Amino acid sequence: MGAISSYRLRLQRKRWRIRAFRKRRELTAVNNRTDRIAPGDILVFSTLRNERVRLPYFLRYYRNMGVNHFLIVDNGSDDGSAEYLQEQKDVSLWTTTHSYKRARFGVDWLNWLQRRYAHGHWCLVVDPDEFLVYPFCDTRPLRALTDWLDASSIRSFGTMLLDMYPKGPLGAQPYREGQDPFEIAGWFDSGNYMIRKNGKFGNLWIQGGPRTRAFFSDNPERSPALNKIPLVRWDRRYTYVSSTHMLLPRGLNLVYDEWGGEKASGCLLHAKFLDTFAAKAEEELTRRQHYANSHEYRAYEARLRENPDLWCRWSEKYINWRQLEILGLMSKGNWA
Amino acid sequence: MSVGFVMLVHEALNRAEQVARHWAGKGCPVVIHVDRRVPRAEYDAFARSLSDFDNILFSTRHRCEWGTWSLVEATITATRLMLRRFAEVRHVYLASGSCLPLRPVEELIAYLEERPLTNFIESVTTEDVPWTVGGLDSERFTLRFPFSWKRHRRLFDGYVKLQRKIGFRRRIPLGLVPHMGSQWWCLTRQTLTTIFDDPDYEEYVRYFRKVWIPDESYFQTMVRLYSANIESRSLTLSKFDFQGKPHIFYDDHLQLLRRSDCFVARKIWPHADRLYQSFLSESAGTVTRAEPNPGKIDRLFSKAVERRTRGRPGLYMQSRFPNQGWENGKTSAQYSVFQGFAELFEDFEAWLGRVVGARVHGHLFAPERVEFAAGAEVFAGALTDSAAIRDYNPRAFFTNLIWNTRGERQCFQYGPRDNQEVGWFMATDPNAQISVISGAWAVPLFHSNRDFSEIRKEAARLQKIESEFLDTLRSPWAKARVRIWTMADFVEAPMEPLQTIIDEIGTRSAHRLTAAPRMVSLDGFGQFLQNLKNQGMHPHLMGDFPTGIATVQNRPSAGKPYLVK
Repeated sequence: MGAISSYRLRLQRKRWRIRAFRKRRELTAVNNRTDRIAPGDILVFSTLRNERVRLPYFLRYYRNMGVNHFLIVDNGSDDGSAEYLQEQKDVSLWTTTHSYKRARFGVDWLNWLQRRYAHGHWCLVVDPDEFLVYPFCDTRPLRALTDWLDASSIRSFGTMLLDMYPKGPLGAQPYREGQDPFEIAGWFDSGNYMIRKNGKFGNLWIQGGPRTRAFFSDNPERSPALNKIPLVRWDRRYTYVSSTHMLLPRGLNLVYDEWGGEKASGCLLHAKFLDTFAAKAEEELTRRQHYANSHEYRAYEARLRENPDLWCRWSEKYINWRQLEILGLMSKGNWA
Repeated sequence: MSVGFVMLVHEALNRAEQVARHWAGKGCPVVIHVDRRVPRAEYDAFARSLSDFDNILFSTRHRCEWGTWSLVEATITATRLMLRRFAEVRHVYLASGSCLPLRPVEELIAYLEERPLTNFIESVTTEDVPWTVGGLDSERFTLRFPFSWKRHRRLFDGYVKLQRKIGFRRRIPLGLVPHMGSQWWCLTRQTLTTIFDDPDYEEYVRYFRKVWIPDESYFQTMVRLYSANIESRSLTLSKFDFQGKPHIFYDDHLQLLRRSDCFVARKIWPHADRLYQSFLSESAGTVTRAEPNPGKIDRLFSKAVERRTRGRPGLYMQSRFPNQGWENGKTSAQYSVFQGFAELFEDFEAWLGRVVGARVHGHLFAPERVEFAAGAEVFAGALTDSAAIRDYNPRAFFTNLIWNTRGERQCFQYGPRDNQEVGWFMATDPNAQISVISGAWAVPLFHSNRDFSEIRKEAARLQKIESEFLDTLRSPWAKARVRIWTMADFVEAPMEPLQTIIDEIGTRSAHRLTAAPRMVSLDGFGQFLQNLKNQGMHPHLMGDFPTGIATVQNRPSAGKPYLVK
């Protein structure tokens, strides 16, 4: 890595920071309870739109994990999401009706909020359908992990987005509010992920899983990225570049070992494929607010009309994190 | 006669308080040193909370920095206070604020009572220490370290380098033999007072002040001067990872800790409520005299270190993506690649499946689709038969396949028609067994019903590809077990090569092969090659096939032509 490309990345980081600073005006604070954030608190940041039915379980899941405060941007929901969130004592809420796409899919908004409120905190950036699983998550709270990362001088924690799906057609089992989504979408692909290294940012680029298999078998290069770095000990100089796939400075992207060893890592269980998915895909397609001209949603739409079954004979039923670790989808690293 | 505890406390004061209470409540005196960096108010509250015990004292506070003399200084101050104020103490046990007693104090007292003159301190000469971090072992004693390792790493490293370059060495005081070991010891009053009362005490202190990480060497070296009664092990269970930082214990280690029979463990996560609750509330029923046995915990942590440094061979994931040459196993298991066999034998796949009992695929890298065993559309790990997905990242496809089928040997067909991107990868993988009958790709062409000009073109293309693959296999970097026969040689005597390959796979019986796979008809193949030559192409990979002579395998014995017993 030469000095010039290093300097270019620095400029790019500054650019994203300025952009986030400009985009701050698009956010209106509805309920700013950030004065309740204590030093050392673990924070969750999220952008959402019309996710009311998912919220109770989402909040409960992360509260049980030991998250202290949620900072959420509501992008013009009309299903009562905002009202519900306002009632929650540990949620600070901002709303905006501006373009999700032009805020680089919410990254600018969250970059700003993180810069403002997350400095010095461990913070987790997840969508309402993403559920973090880390080693020992059934016996140790998230703080055990962040304390260990601190003690090991590690600033960021890598995961892979693991798409979960039901057995049978997507619409067959309706999701009830408050329900564990993985009671329905309890299956995953265990070993069809493809990894490349992104030379510029130093992160890994992972694709594969059921989405590649079912929707992108003709042009796999367009299938969505599954590498995520959602948990970072934030500093106001950091910025996410593209979703939570990669960060600047690029050292934060080095969540993998290059010399044969395994670093500790987790999975983000992705509860996208519930009965709500078809409606969501249709809405997103008309809004055209998603990545790369929403080609992802267009690919879904074509298949969704057939009400597909993502399940196959080799699908694995989710049990716990130990199963994922044995399958090689995450690792304890040297945390024991 | 009893044991007194010296506690060095830096953080999590509430936990230190609990432990101090526990020990003091059992009648053991405790002297606590609290790091100067703990704010005054916090310290005062802490001291007040323990004021109801008259056998808990607080020693003069020092500012402690990791790796420096200040830690030893704090230890010395507290230990001296202990020896001065509690005359009945015979053993002093050095502990930290994140230590947790695992066995009742009565058992520790009884244990020490039986060994009244023994000093428990890990003390090893520098040559025998494998665990130093950053390559500094004996140099800890001979260089100077004025810069903080934690705060000014570059200066620290730079200064070490400079001293090495100019050959600077400190003189080790006469009579001292540097020893190192765990910081946590349990020493007798006799030994400690001899150390402190030595007329040369000041000189030694002056020397050790500038040693790197003296808390792991000062007492460890000094005891060797004064005591012959040393048990070189720590009574405190404390494990370190590959970066030299202590492993931390959590609630889920409860059973493991209980069964270890160690007296004290560190370091405990301050929020491990269940551990503190269970171990501090336990009262001694019958005093057991078991020896500490940390074997299980040792294994757990050494496995963790191995996972972090070596990883699982053949695994590629979000936190393990080795650079080339650092894979520690490019794939996770052995596999066999057959080139030209399925072309030469009619029922090769079925036959091989019967003989070796492994999973036998067709051409996994065929251009049309992935030919999984039994024509499956999806295979282990939900790999699909889509050629597009496979060709997007053939290497990932392949390593996934081998990883997903751990425990079952994979065999598959390969050939010049297939995607060649994994050729180099397989050739350089010691797990690969690659067997090639060169030129056999011509057989399907020979049997095909295509225009001869087309056949000629295709033959030229395939020959070029195969000959490049053969070059790869013969390159000095190839690590696979490679066997190459020309087709002419192979058809001459096919049983022996087949036997060798099957023996090497070695999954099923060791007995001799009885039935050979059925070879396709090669009548006129020699003429076919001659025709190719006549058209200006030079098919050379098959070896010498005489024109017009019926080849060996077409003798009339159709049933079991190569019955060998």
